[in-house]
Amino acid sequence: MNFLPLWRYQNQLIDGAIVTLELTVIAALAGLVIGIAGAVALNGRIAPLRWLVRGYIELFRNTPSLIQIFIIFFVLPNFGLKLPAFESAAVALSLYFGAYSVEIIRAGLDSVPKNQIEAGQCLGLSGWQVFRHILLPPALRNAYPAVTSQFVLLLLGTSLASQVAADELFHVAGFIESRTYRSFEVYAVICAVYFAMAMSFKALFAVIGLAAFRWPRRR
Amino acid sequence: MALVEIRDVHKTFGKVEVLKGVSLDVEEGEIVTIIGRSGSGKSTLLRCINALESVDTGEIRVEGQKVHAKMADLKKFRQRVGIVFQAFNLFPHLKVERNITLAPLLTGRIEKARARALAEDVLTRVGLADKIDAWPEQLSGGQQQRVAIARCLAMAPHLMLFDEVTSALDPELVGEVLKVMEAMAKQGMTMILVTHEMGFARNVANRIVFMHQGRVWEQGPPAKLFANPETPELASFIASSK
Repeated sequence: MNFLPLWRYQNQLIDGAIVTLELTVIAALAGLVIGIAGAVALNGRIAPLRWLVRGYIELFRNTPSLIQIFIIFFVLPNFGLKLPAFESAAVALSLYFGAYSVEIIRAGLDSVPKNQIEAGQCLGLSGWQVFRHILLPPALRNAYPAVTSQFVLLLLGTSLASQVAADELFHVAGFIESRTYRSFEVYAVICAVYFAMAMSFKALFAVIGLAAFRWPRRR
Repeated sequence: MALVEIRDVHKTFGKVEVLKGVSLDVEEGEIVTIIGRSGSGKSTLLRCINALESVDTGEIRVEGQKVHAKMADLKKFRQRVGIVFQAFNLFPHLKVERNITLAPLLTGRIEKARARALAEDVLTRVGLADKIDAWPEQLSGGQQQRVAIARCLAMAPHLMLFDEVTSALDPELVGEVLKVMEAMAKQGMTMILVTHEMGFARNVANRIVFMHQGRVWEQGPPAKLFANPETPELASFIASSK
């Protein structure tokens, strides 16, 4: 066992980790927006929109995300939409994370008692105001634990982007391995990096959760 | 013109006709208490008055304006009609102050600089000025209900509806809520209550409306109604609620 040959690749490893973080954060933010919008559509009155969202969720939750990335990277160019590797992976992972987020956030919205909506309406608030100020905060709190664990899955899942040669951590690892032939050492190191990133996010989310959701739980 | 005019209102849920032709007027400044057995339609009637339910036939007018779920200025209308619920329905994620000031701020009734003063003012009226920075969960049921009343008062409503507001409270907490409502009555607020509190109905209300099987069965001043019920249904209801 010899980790020393890896030392000169530390900059590549750091760059790879940064790309992994970028992919994760972009997909998470975009996916969250998709999740909220999709949850609203699913609970909404427009039937074709509900079917559309339902179809999207089922499609992305029941197919391999690796193939989703491939389709966006290799197949869409045939229809005139050519995206570079990073962008393809970001789009695919956003849609993947979004599909899970829709269900999680919808469950959060459904967990808020209907009388809260009624109380808001009775104070003369608009539909949007009721949603934004009365429904959404408790819904996000209820959805938060599930969203954060899905986020960690997303972080680990970004390694799939290596297959379209996006320069994220796992792809960098493959490159270093091909140069050094130190398979165990390389993968042990990036495993530790993924682990450290995942644990750091968990700690960060715990702190954010405490700061954002300060009201006492219902007894 | 009465503040609230209800004309021959019918309302059906599925196959059950809950309101079978209800007519009722409530004058400005009047305290009207609706009593009756569960299932008599009294809560449904109350919910129809601020368009939480829509009527099938007949009409309800408040301040001369016809009320229905699709009225153009429903939001403005609801700002004038406060309703307090059995389950308080405070917003658990907002402190007492924000519970009260959310709607006045969002609807543009007051400016941000005046918000806290408004909350202090209405909380003083329900005797809870010291709870302005508390979370709803930290309050007792009676206190939560008084905050819910304060939240309505902050919108300066022309009419207040109370839907069994003491029914979810422990017996020892009922008094504090009724006292607040009594004070509001004395200040001239027009109030329509659905309640099981016969003491309150007897002592504070100007008029009792007894509903039975979806109809206004009997109505009149409390003294007369409780002493000399005209119908056997009301007599038996009074006897059973003692």
